[in-house]
Amino acid sequence: MKKVIEGSMAVAEAVKVCRPHVISAYPITPQTHIVENLSQFVADGELKAEFLNVESEFGAASVVLGASATGARAYSATTAQGLLLMVEVLFNIAGLRLPVVITCTNRAVSAPINIWNDQQDAMTIRDSGWIMLFAEDNQEAADMHLQAFKIGEHPEIMLPVMVNMDGFILTHAFEPIEFIDQKMADEFLPPFKPELYLTPKNPLTFGVLAEPDWYMETRYRLQKAIEASTDMIEEVADQFKKTFGRYQGGLVEKYRLDGAETVIVSMGSVVGTIKEVVDALRDKGKKIGVLKIRTFRPFPKEAIYDALKNVKNVIVMEKAISLGATGILYDEIKAALYGKPSQPKVSGFIAGLGGRDIPKESIMKVIEKGEAGISDNVFVDLKENLIGGK
Amino acid sequence: MTIEKKEKEEILESQLAPGHKACTGCGLALAARTVMNTAGKDVIVTAATGCLEVFSTSYPQSAWKMPWIHSLFENSAAVAAGIEVALKALGREKEAKIIAQGGDGATADIGIGCLSGMFERGHNILYVCYDNEAYMNTGVQRSGLTPFEAWTSTSPSGKVSWGNPTEKKNMPAIAAAHGIPYVATASVAYLKDLEKKVKKALDIVGPKYLQIHAPCPLGWAHEPWDTIKVAKLAVQTGLIPLYEMENGVITSVRKIAKKAPVEEYLKLQGRFKHLFKKPGFEKELERIQAMADATIKKFNLM
Repeated sequence: MKKVIEGSMAVAEAVKVCRPHVISAYPITPQTHIVENLSQFVADGELKAEFLNVESEFGAASVVLGASATGARAYSATTAQGLLLMVEVLFNIAGLRLPVVITCTNRAVSAPINIWNDQQDAMTIRDSGWIMLFAEDNQEAADMHLQAFKIGEHPEIMLPVMVNMDGFILTHAFEPIEFIDQKMADEFLPPFKPELYLTPKNPLTFGVLAEPDWYMETRYRLQKAIEASTDMIEEVADQFKKTFGRYQGGLVEKYRLDGAETVIVSMGSVVGTIKEVVDALRDKGKKIGVLKIRTFRPFPKEAIYDALKNVKNVIVMEKAISLGATGILYDEIKAALYGKPSQPKVSGFIAGLGGRDIPKESIMKVIEKGEAGISDNVFVDLKENLIGGK
Repeated sequence: MTIEKKEKEEILESQLAPGHKACTGCGLALAARTVMNTAGKDVIVTAATGCLEVFSTSYPQSAWKMPWIHSLFENSAAVAAGIEVALKALGREKEAKIIAQGGDGATADIGIGCLSGMFERGHNILYVCYDNEAYMNTGVQRSGLTPFEAWTSTSPSGKVSWGNPTEKKNMPAIAAAHGIPYVATASVAYLKDLEKKVKKALDIVGPKYLQIHAPCPLGWAHEPWDTIKVAKLAVQTGLIPLYEMENGVITSVRKIAKKAPVEEYLKLQGRFKHLFKKPGFEKELERIQAMADATIKKFNLM
């Protein structure tokens, strides 16, 4: 069944068919509609779950941590400042190997306060041990949730997963959405049955003190688990296609890469606009393509190298920066290519911060600049008159 | 001989097993063991970061014989809330009673937001605050429950200071203000009283708050064998009143049989040593005595 609905509603519908036992969240724009919809489902008895309103995002993350450790399927949603308030718990959830799923409706980080979209929030927690997926459109965002639970709950993975979708651009946009059938969802995503959980029937100690003799090995195993999820993400995407007929996952999406000399690398909703620009340029005979990063953690460096090895110019366009260094994706793309037999030229562009529009013309300008020579840390569409001085 | 054997067996059966790494004379270890042994096996327990977690769970060992989880310094109450709703959602709510634990810093300072949320939402959880009156695990820094004029490494006595400048935050009153059904204070000097309160709390449905005064020989700088003596004096001076509140009303107080002067309590502890050294100390002692007397009057302890 296809219906035109808001992105947030699409995600709420998708989460509903995942049958979470516990949902806990604190309202924050632009995440709010997701949890409003979910709380309504619970209030109407459409979803049998415990919906817990808490005192903060920190509390919400802690509640889903406790619930997951007890053997429940647990879900939350947040963004920006809320995500940052959760940070300590996010690291803890990953360290405890709890397959919680959180939707992050990507938004700019204060100061100055700004509720509009960029991806600085998610990129800031990239080292926390979470699997991180980025959606291009609302169908993908919705479908990613079923996959997220399935990947995270796999006994060999047992890791939390963050599904990222651009705030407002996706969350508040109405698009035709293929609804997920409950029966098919149940077939795809069986109930969560962890091997280890809190119960007096088998008393275990969770969250121990690990002295220097032990700590490093736990981090190594965490790293191995997140690396292992690379294959699992592809496998689950294949399974999803078998069940639902859509390939909606995987590590990267290669768009018109055949014989491409220039490739734009990006994540999230802007990829849609980039694809349109690329289509237009391809029509004019230009050898250009797009590489969409769908899975940011684990960083799929092999898939990326494989996609970019025959390319002359790689142009990375992203909505975040590691202040004092460079664009984060830019840096990691360069690292994925470094030391390899083929070394495309890589340029880095920062765009769309705090909800600034990225029109097609800007993407065209970025392509021209990227092809002309190596550009590093270029802020796209800066208003020189507002900067002052030079 | 038979008595000795029985005692040994009891210790080995304790829910907080022997062999943990708490300091000699640790009031917190005694309090936690008493709480756990009273609660029995069918519990799920959370803990905040602090001495309790550090001395009892050093991997690959654990002193806990029940399901137990530590997440962070400030979220013991919220993790417990997550456990409670998960049990409900999974139809396992009869499986266990839930106890959340934290030290005074985790409870009255950094974790007070999560704790307030737990109270407000009415979770069926017993929250136990082990009050040793400072951040002991970090090396004796001040917390919101550090008493007036006590020395800690971040509220030292100096040329112009007598030590901690603020009075103990009234956590039981803050807990009670949430309208929760049961609030109580206890002390390791009165273990039967503590057991009674734990039992009573666990039989009440809803959020419960229990604050246990537990001396720390290291942080208070008293002799390890004086833990009970110090704890008892805290109660007998009136500085630490033992009482129960049910639905916001005080329903019992532990009367003081023979009132002890605060000086007797303070003198046993290195953290108040400075009070007896500087000129003008008599006035400070008078202030602390007045606080004790006011508490005795307020709770009708005599």
